Amino acid sequence: MIQVAGIIPSELQEIRKKVESGQRLSFEDGMTLYTTPNLNAVGYLANIVREKMCGNVAWYVRNQHINYTNVCNKLCKFCSFYVPPKDDRGYVLSPEDVQARVREHLHIPISEIHMVAGINPKLPYSYYLDIVRAVKEIRPEVAVKAFTAIEWVQIARAAKKSLREVMIELKEAGVSSIPGGGAEVFSDRVRDDLFWTKADSDEWMEVARTAHEVGLPTNATMLYGHIENSQEKVEHLISLRELQDTTGGFLTYIPLSFHPERTEIDTLPGPTGEADLREIAVGRLMLDNFPHIKTFWIMNTIEISQVALWYGADDMDGTIQEYEITRRSYEETRQVLTRKQLVDRIVESGRDPVERDNLYRVLSTEREIVEEVPVGIPGELPVVS
Amino acid sequence: MIDDITEKIQSGIRIDVNEALRLMSHPNVAELGLLADMVRRSKHPEDIVTYNVGRNINYTNVCWVRCDFCAFYRAPGSTEGYVLPHEEIFEKIDELVSVGGEAPKSNEILMQGGLNPKLRIDYYEDLLSGIRERYPSIHQHCLSATEIIYIAHISRLTLEECVKRLRNAGLDSIPGAGAEILSDEVRDVIGFRKDRVDEWLEVHRVAHRLDMHTTATMMYGHVETIEQRVEHLELIRNLQDETGGLTAFIAWNFQPDYTALGSDSTRWDGWKATGFDYLRTIAVSRIFLDNVPNFQASWVTQGAKIAQVGLGYGVNDFGSSMMEENVVSAAGTSHTSAMTLAEIKRLIETAGYRPVRRNTRYEIVN
Repeated sequence: MIQVAGIIPSELQEIRKKVESGQRLSFEDGMTLYTTPNLNAVGYLANIVREKMCGNVAWYVRNQHINYTNVCNKLCKFCSFYVPPKDDRGYVLSPEDVQARVREHLHIPISEIHMVAGINPKLPYSYYLDIVRAVKEIRPEVAVKAFTAIEWVQIARAAKKSLREVMIELKEAGVSSIPGGGAEVFSDRVRDDLFWTKADSDEWMEVARTAHEVGLPTNATMLYGHIENSQEKVEHLISLRELQDTTGGFLTYIPLSFHPERTEIDTLPGPTGEADLREIAVGRLMLDNFPHIKTFWIMNTIEISQVALWYGADDMDGTIQEYEITRRSYEETRQVLTRKQLVDRIVESGRDPVERDNLYRVLSTEREIVEEVPVGIPGELPVVS
Repeated sequence: MIDDITEKIQSGIRIDVNEALRLMSHPNVAELGLLADMVRRSKHPEDIVTYNVGRNINYTNVCWVRCDFCAFYRAPGSTEGYVLPHEEIFEKIDELVSVGGEAPKSNEILMQGGLNPKLRIDYYEDLLSGIRERYPSIHQHCLSATEIIYIAHISRLTLEECVKRLRNAGLDSIPGAGAEILSDEVRDVIGFRKDRVDEWLEVHRVAHRLDMHTTATMMYGHVETIEQRVEHLELIRNLQDETGGLTAFIAWNFQPDYTALGSDSTRWDGWKATGFDYLRTIAVSRIFLDNVPNFQASWVTQGAKIAQVGLGYGVNDFGSSMMEENVVSAAGTSHTSAMTLAEIKRLIETAGYRPVRRNTRYEIVN
């Protein structure tokens, strides 16, 4: 009997054997996965790992994003969200503003609030504690996933305390996990060109390691589709894999599709659908010790994300209220999906939808969402405060 | 689960309707892609994806048929109705030639319009021959089966006489539009009040008999069942077995905005077909239609990302550069902002293929 596995190209047969027997892939394997033209074969292999780890489940979350400030002194070339300090388009949400945002969605049983923003040097340490407490005060049951690595570095600086100390204190205030943003690509070459002021990879790793030590699980990301090359991407993935071997604190890897519109490097075309699916698949294959691979549909599009469930992804992210980071630079991507829309897509693609909280605890396995709670349309940006 | 079908495909054995249905319910799309790509490679072994320099021209939007899935037409008498003057059509062609160059029959115009009761065979003969005389570089890929049946009808011609006269005036080939889903039952529900299935097939048969090439299309994702999609494919495969005159197959999903069908919940369930469904549908179509040489992407309905991924699902051609699109754009599809030739080439290259320009007969244009 000839099987589907038999028709994958010869340059991937060695990798196929490793994948089927659960062996770790090498740097060279990673390069092969990026350079082989046959994306479907890479997806096919990634799906073997995906189904071993997550079966037929496709996770999603009902969540809300709050971007508490757009002021940032890092001036990264790939970002269209930030404004520099003293720019009159800048805003900072007060703890009361944050509560108002939370109240807008109290009628929806969301389980996670995702708070990330710019590096605003004016904000004191107390501000960060206050906004986390503000969320927990009116929505104590919700999990707060907050602050990317560079924000943690800034928070420690503002507090004049160690990373470890501020993490413990903010954990007590209500932070229960840490998102994966800001990793970009672990490459000095790329960093020197695009985000030279930002934490380097050692610093990013240090934040993740410390978080894992104090019991805060984190995610990891990689921003692709700008000036990086395959070698840098494989090195990035292997660095993440090595840290995960040591700490086991990573929950999810999320490749982030670069959106060039209105950035300083907007002459770049941005990643194609082929690239989006390939990053998901290579991530799944290389990161054999990461429990989850997420397709962030806001950046990948929902169309690609649905397909990605067969290229290694097991997590569709969420309904996402009010995501600002790429919204203004990519208006054609709708920023809200209803739960019904998300679940229907998962069911159509032959996966079992499971609603999760931020720690992947099962909240619901409903497949037929009859009544949909109306969801908010992303609000206008707040005025300067 | 599909190993038996895989084996058949690998041995070049035709799959049957039941096997196509099994593939349509096989959720692992990457596997379907692998199989469809195998069929594509057996016909097009080289790492090449072709594209066509062309322009859509919609010479009239006046149409008495009022199909419920269409947002483009204006009824006769409407103040928004138009017929493009010849000069305006020529200007559009001038723009196309300035992009595509002067090589004979290298630039395609896809000229289609509504069923306008004021336009008879002499109008078309005049227009087609006018274009042929002025523009040796233009291949006229024009007039759907639906239009041709109507032109024959109001001009009191047999179908064969009508096609012959259009051909003699300058019509080079006929696009596959108006196939929708080849099922009379479906045509009744979606409010396609024009040709029956047999009539659509007959136009293509007549054209093939007169040595003209045509293409076949499928508009899915409205009220049809998966079985009806596969029946559609079977009718096309049978036609091609009989005549061999089809050069390509193109599928896209119903674009519901501003259409009567799109706002009628008694007929349409509101589910706009997804990119996932598109990839599965074209993969199974490629496997099933083992006698159709070329598959065109529909980037205008699917967007650049899914259209590019489709190149791994049996699609070997990126279609036309179009320059303008008015029909599905009227129904809200968001991908019609003119895709440049440079962007088409980039999408082909980044998927691992060499972009090669072709003419409408799928001959390489240098």
